[in-house]
Amino acid sequence: MRRVYMDHNATTPVHPEVLQAMIPFFNDQFGNASSIHWAGREVKKYLDEAREKVAALINAQPSEVIFTSSGTESDNMAIKGVAAALKDKGRHIITTQVEHQAVLHTCMFLEKMGYEVTYLPVDSDGLINLGELRRSIKDQTILISIMFANNETGVILPLPEVGEIAREKGVIFHTDAIQAVGKLPVDLKRLPVDILSLSGHKLYAPKGIGAQYIRPGTKLAPLIHGGHQERSRRAGTENIPYIVGLGKASEIAQRDFAKHQAHLLALRDRLQQGIIRSVSEVKLNGHPTKRLPNTLNLSFLYIEGESLLLNLDLEGIAVSSGSACTSGSLEPSHVLLAMGMKPEIAQGAVRFSLGWGNTEEDVEYAVQVIPKIVRRLRDISPLYKKRDL
Amino acid sequence: MFPGEKGRLAVAMSGGVDSSTAAAILKEEGYEVIGLTMHLWDPLENGLGNFGRCCSPEDIHEARRVADQLEIPHYVLNLRKAFEQEVVDYFVAEYLRGRTPNPCVRCNDRIKFGPLLQKAEELGAKALVTGHYARIEFDPSKKRYLLKRGRDRNKDQSYFLFLLTQTQMSKVFFPLGEKSKPEVRQQALRLGLRVAQKAESQEVCFIPDNRYGRFVERRIGREVFQPGEIVNRQGKVLGLHRGLYSYTIGQRRGLGIGAPYPHYVLALDTEANRVVAGRKEELFSDGLVAGGVNWIPFPKLEGEVEASVQIRYRHPAAPALLKPLNGGKVEVKLRVPQKSVAPGQAAVFYQGDEVLGGGWIEKVL
Repeated sequence: MRRVYMDHNATTPVHPEVLQAMIPFFNDQFGNASSIHWAGREVKKYLDEAREKVAALINAQPSEVIFTSSGTESDNMAIKGVAAALKDKGRHIITTQVEHQAVLHTCMFLEKMGYEVTYLPVDSDGLINLGELRRSIKDQTILISIMFANNETGVILPLPEVGEIAREKGVIFHTDAIQAVGKLPVDLKRLPVDILSLSGHKLYAPKGIGAQYIRPGTKLAPLIHGGHQERSRRAGTENIPYIVGLGKASEIAQRDFAKHQAHLLALRDRLQQGIIRSVSEVKLNGHPTKRLPNTLNLSFLYIEGESLLLNLDLEGIAVSSGSACTSGSLEPSHVLLAMGMKPEIAQGAVRFSLGWGNTEEDVEYAVQVIPKIVRRLRDISPLYKKRDL
Repeated sequence: MFPGEKGRLAVAMSGGVDSSTAAAILKEEGYEVIGLTMHLWDPLENGLGNFGRCCSPEDIHEARRVADQLEIPHYVLNLRKAFEQEVVDYFVAEYLRGRTPNPCVRCNDRIKFGPLLQKAEELGAKALVTGHYARIEFDPSKKRYLLKRGRDRNKDQSYFLFLLTQTQMSKVFFPLGEKSKPEVRQQALRLGLRVAQKAESQEVCFIPDNRYGRFVERRIGREVFQPGEIVNRQGKVLGLHRGLYSYTIGQRRGLGIGAPYPHYVLALDTEANRVVAGRKEELFSDGLVAGGVNWIPFPKLEGEVEASVQIRYRHPAAPALLKPLNGGKVEVKLRVPQKSVAPGQAAVFYQGDEVLGGGWIEKVL
């Protein structure tokens, strides 16, 4: 049976060059980067190089980049770190209703700690209203956290405009760019962003490594205390092999950016056209153009996304509905509901997220398999039977 | 075993020996097996402590590990809301009406052979398989599906399946119906299943330690339980009770009545908030009326028929005469008076090994 992986927004395979780059650092060059002897010094060099590569991908200075264990940790650190550092200035945070759970649950935790959080709504395309953002800012606002691109729909939020507003009002702006890095150009010399979180395993590096960009002068308390690694911003002996991996992945992402972009866009559009042409009553979720080049979120009316998912799995096709962290529950995605979607339509949503390794054959296979499954499910769907009435 | 060519089957896996062995046997026989586990209840969420009962996160984990061992795909289906509404709320409501609920019958009817069966169909499975000890057979002369006891009379679970409809039975398969429990354990051991030695679960799956009273109390809140009088059939007050929910028909313990002979709970009077108690002889009834009756070998009972009736799971079945009444009800005249007939319980009618049907006990005669 053919195996086709179309869930790259959930995670990506480690690129072979990345794996190769990591191997020497497990038991050959294994030193602690903080040690002053040869074992430490020899790995410190690679730590620095990796930092330079990650910084280059986002057009930042190496000194502005620190490494964490994950995108989730980066999000936690940004939000809790600013909340702690600025607690005497104010206790109000603004975010959106469509953020990833790593941001939402962190904000909810802070609410229990006495902070006030505004969760900005989005329209049916998944976009926020800039006027509403502006109006929500008050004197006590210490942080705005708005994602760069949504993991479920791929919708790209207007970061430059948000950043301008934040700058104007003197509020720190954090963005969860976990899905955007590697798929969209990210230029921190141009983007008025103060903190940016990224994740290795969305970028063909392994799981268990992330990074954080911090603009100089940004007040941020550490999340993890201990030694003075990462300029005392994040303690813990540096995970050299994984950091090297992230560095390599960043290098590849930058090197092959144009090629990958074109490839992803072409395949995604082909998949989209192919499905829409052969399946009726399909709805595109999220803005049609302000979208990541690799993401396609469709609602298949009158059937449950979960049933479609499981059937696709049995045919070897891996996709998801709702974000990976939350699917296991039958609750419709909070992102789709925030977009004003009716639960039945949100329930029928499936997310296809393509990656560097997908081929035309993968897309052809999916386009061939999906209509048959949808037809069979609609035949036994009580909702489909009722629709003419 | 299963009529028809080898194809895809969905096995409802609870993490227990029976369903695990069913899945293993079918895989060995060459079927394409998919494991499904229902997520029905979260003991921790409801503050009742962690324990492994079908189908909590513990059981889901066990089921998944068995699926890993068998190398079959495994999916967890979140049916918590449906389970809470259809089974748990029903349980509490029945208790508060002074009736004896049977949640397992309800779960089979409303959950297992409801949304779970639907899911199996959506997955392209020819049938949903469970580890029930019961048999479904198609009778070509009647053109109907028949339900029979499992061959292991001691383990027979046909009692819980009396609500199965013809449509449901056409899509359900019980591979353990012909086997005995010891045989199944043997096979589990032979197959090297990790759950082969697992203990049986005899309790209501969502209630720890069979403490129904405490469970209902926690769900509703103490205020609902008012102490009241315990009276005999003549209305004489014998003592006081702590709250109707703590008592079931036939119960002897916990009445706290000082008397020369033991007293048993005969009935629960929800209107007056009274427990009616009496001597053992008063516990016997000559009959009952059952409602919501489902018939299996025929669509409807047209005339009187002799059958044996089981009024509880662990009841040896008593001879009776069944008479159809209006509104899908049936009058059951017991040839031999039976003890502790409890409204709310299921009355299941048999002829030999065959299940004629069953209903919910509404009135004790």
